[in-house]
Amino acid sequence: MARIGVFVCHCGKNIGATVDCERVAGEAAKIPGVVHSENYLYMCSDPGQLKIKDAIRDKKLDGVVVAACSPHMHERTFRRAVAEAGLNPYLAEMSNVREHCSWVHQDIEDGTAKAIDLVRVMVEKVKLNQPLTPIRVPVTKRALVIGGGVAGIQAALDIANGERDVILLERDPSIGGHMSQLSETFPTLDCSQCILTPKMVEVASHPRITLLTYSELEEVDGYVGNFQVKIRKKARSVDMDVCTGCGVCMEKCPVKKIPSEFNVGLSMRPAIYTPFPQAVPNVPVIDKENCIYYIKGKCKVCEKFCGPGAIRFDQEDEIVTYDVGAIVVATGYSLYSVGEKPPGSTIAGYGEYGYGNIPDVIDALQFERLASASGPTEGHMRRPSDGAEPKTVAFIQCVGSRCPEKGITYCSKICCMYTVKHAMLYKHKVHDGDAYIFYMDIRSGGKNYEEFVRRAIEEDGVVYLRGRVSRLYRKDGKVIVRGADTLSGTQVEIAADMVVTANATLAQPDSQDVAQKIGIAYDKYGFFSEKHPKLAPVETNTAGVFLAGACQAPKDIPEAVAQASGAAAKVLEMFAVDELEREPTIAVVNEDTCVACFFCKRICPYSAVEEKEIKDRDGNLIKLVSHVNEGLCQGCGLCVVACPSKSIELLGFTDEQLFAEINALAE
Amino acid sequence: MQLKVPGPMVVSDFTQQVEAIIGQSVSKCYQCGNCTAGCPAAPEMDFGPQRIIRFVQLGLKDLALTSNTIWTCASCVTCTTRCPQEVDITGVMDALRIIAQREHYPVQDRYVTALNDIFLGNIRTFGRQYEIGLIGKYNLRTRQFFKDVMLGPKLFFKGKLKLLPHRSGNVREVREIFRRVKEESAASSANRAGRA
Ligand SMILES: Cc1cc2nc3c(=O)[nH]c(=O)nc-3n(C[C@H](O)[C@H](O)[C@H](O)COP(=O)(O)OP(=O)(O)OC[C@H]3O[C@@H](n4cnc5c(N)ncnc54)[C@H](O)[C@@H]3O)c2cc1C
Ligand code: SF4
Ligand code: SF4
Ligand code: SF4
Ligand code: SF4
Repeated sequence: MARIGVFVCHCGKNIGATVDCERVAGEAAKIPGVVHSENYLYMCSDPGQLKIKDAIRDKKLDGVVVAACSPHMHERTFRRAVAEAGLNPYLAEMSNVREHCSWVHQDIEDGTAKAIDLVRVMVEKVKLNQPLTPIRVPVTKRALVIGGGVAGIQAALDIANGERDVILLERDPSIGGHMSQLSETFPTLDCSQCILTPKMVEVASHPRITLLTYSELEEVDGYVGNFQVKIRKKARSVDMDVCTGCGVCMEKCPVKKIPSEFNVGLSMRPAIYTPFPQAVPNVPVIDKENCIYYIKGKCKVCEKFCGPGAIRFDQEDEIVTYDVGAIVVATGYSLYSVGEKPPGSTIAGYGEYGYGNIPDVIDALQFERLASASGPTEGHMRRPSDGAEPKTVAFIQCVGSRCPEKGITYCSKICCMYTVKHAMLYKHKVHDGDAYIFYMDIRSGGKNYEEFVRRAIEEDGVVYLRGRVSRLYRKDGKVIVRGADTLSGTQVEIAADMVVTANATLAQPDSQDVAQKIGIAYDKYGFFSEKHPKLAPVETNTAGVFLAGACQAPKDIPEAVAQASGAAAKVLEMFAVDELEREPTIAVVNEDTCVACFFCKRICPYSAVEEKEIKDRDGNLIKLVSHVNEGLCQGCGLCVVACPSKSIELLGFTDEQLFAEINALAE
Repeated sequence: MQLKVPGPMVVSDFTQQVEAIIGQSVSKCYQCGNCTAGCPAAPEMDFGPQRIIRFVQLGLKDLALTSNTIWTCASCVTCTTRCPQEVDITGVMDALRIIAQREHYPVQDRYVTALNDIFLGNIRTFGRQYEIGLIGKYNLRTRQFFKDVMLGPKLFFKGKLKLLPHRSGNVREVREIFRRVKEESAASSANRAGRA
């Protein structure tokens, strides 16, 4: 005969107001098998937990039902208390008489009757509970960081400095991300490359970091603590161990007219190139689509001039695999383009801005390159069309952002701040120039950000005009900007020499692909979803996968770096133990009855079901059965439902237990 | 209304003209609207003081100088006292009135100028105010002959109104002040003309 204890919580007035807790406890005492029943104001408090522990010892309980709030809140609390009293924690269950009962009832009679039912049902279940032990899985103490922007760099360095191995994966020929393209950074105006390149160099020389550039993620297998990742190292056509980075090949390459990705089309590069002089690693790649040799089978000029003989035209892509325990995703963002709607995109272009066809209308990233001392104009303000110094520049904020008509409802967050920086940099470079910024709101929440905006207006004479721009067109070598200033109630027309658009921050175009490979969720814009917007902002719903930087939402550098360090701390926390503990409420297969139809394998959303071979003593295959991987199973129960031969049970939620509950309710 | 850059309304000239008078930059104003919120005369103005400051920031000279706001302003200084950015809005109103007068902008409120003219005229003539004369002349000039006449007897019996004007003993010195102000303002406009 079972010896079950029932503990009914008032939760102050939360439950007590609509459930007569004393009566519930009285009725529970009458259920066969219940040997102890009481009610108390706050069961989760120390004295409340002590009542449970005392009753377990005094009455020799073999099962506990706590009728209180949702198990999401306090199941851990009560199971820990039960374990401290020497009982297996999985012999304790919670009956939710708050969210499912008191909060949805107004009448105390109704509430009390339902609470009694809920307790009765749970008592019948607990009678059938079996002691369970948490599953222990080993941890591979090596992390994979995907994306070598400032967020990925920071996460990799923090984990490596915590004495753990890191693989840093970057798909471009160099690490650095967008930050390496920026001129100066708000709100301090320190030079972006000057603060970034020391970190890039540290990554390259860190003994704990394996840097894989020009490489892409192929596949992710496994589960928390035990992932297997497959990576494609694309052929650079240059031997990394031999190349000295002298750059002769780039000078000699006859192909000269490929728009530079790094300078956002404002300059040209050869077919063999490094994106920028401080690239890490400083080893060029051959862009096969534009190399004459790969197109026509002749040229090899670079090979001829390369002193150490590092060119390898026959190099092929290489697939490498690694075991890792944790993954940090730091793949960053991309920028909206004013151009016509790209195929397959839900986001429209700006016809009213000439679809980006006016040469002196540039985007913000191009402006960064114009303003950068290492950029195509060496930091001199020269407009693209004729190289003249622009004397009137109009900046347009919220281009694409906050514009449901174009398909983007959110605020891109960083553009208010970089636009004020741009106007300020422009005024510092062209003293007799005028800078006008069209804006809807100035969003400058951040340490010293508002002060930075006021400085631009009050000290540098930047003029803000509150309104969107409805149209851009060319006239007599000028770009006519038609906007408004709602503060004065006037229409505004500016004949500008150059226009800079603050384009919306978008997710990477392939982010959904990447998310599906890793098995994490994303929002409707393709930004990766955090586990909880407030309390778990760096975790994902997939255990062992963390987020850093602008791949989760638009972020500036300080925020990207802070999140990266947070993700690194989470990884190091995981790596501090040798084994991870997981809930034992998972599916198990009865191998005797399994007919190997593998419906379960097809339906499992976590790919936890494997095919297992049963062999005789001589190693001959007798039959195939299904097997559930303990590390991967999340206990969702889908396979249990799918199995036609009823060979799968979910521990803690067996058919027997569920029928006992239903029967109790039907009585 | 349209603001054109570059256009007939050159932003900086007018803005600088005002800033030179108040000795402060209007770029500090961040258009919070607190000045308009507290202004007792705002209900009578065609634009609130915050809009006037915006016109000055953007060099919208005609809008600023033809509004009735600058004449309706009572110079009570509530706006200046409460402005979080410490902009001297009352000073801007003064500056705009000065510029409007100098450059012969039509005054949008005949009552206010009528009162100012008669008030100062009396002081120059008598060296002090002559109340009955002020009321009489004002009512005649603004063609509201019976305005406030019911207040007359009350004030008279309380001894607040004298039937005949009294001359101040120092009328000579008062006139001297008027002469000097005129001279100085003529000199400074000649100066401005010379510079331009
Ligand atoms: C015009 C402009 C000006 C700015 N100015 C400032 C400023 O002054 N101050 C400031 O704080 N912030 C500024 N920012 C914001 C700043 O750029 C971002 O905060 C920062 O770059 C975010 O870093 P990240 O590492 O998250 O992303 P990113 O810099 O985008 O880096 C992501 C990296 O991941 C790589 N990657 C992407 N997908 C994959 C994949 N599938 N596999 C492998 N690698 C991949 C990319 O190649 C890239 O190297 C500005 C942004 C813009 C557009
Ligand atoms: S072989 Fe290709 S990369 Fe080398 S020099 Fe010729 S075009 Fe350039
Ligand atoms: S940050 Fe500023 S410019 Fe960018 S979308 Fe938001 S409000 Fe617009
Ligand atoms: S109170 Fe000051 S800051 Fe606010 S609108 Fe008026 S002048 Fe501008
Ligand atoms: S000084 Fe003029 S503008 Fe300012 S609050 Fe008083 S009446 Fe209004």
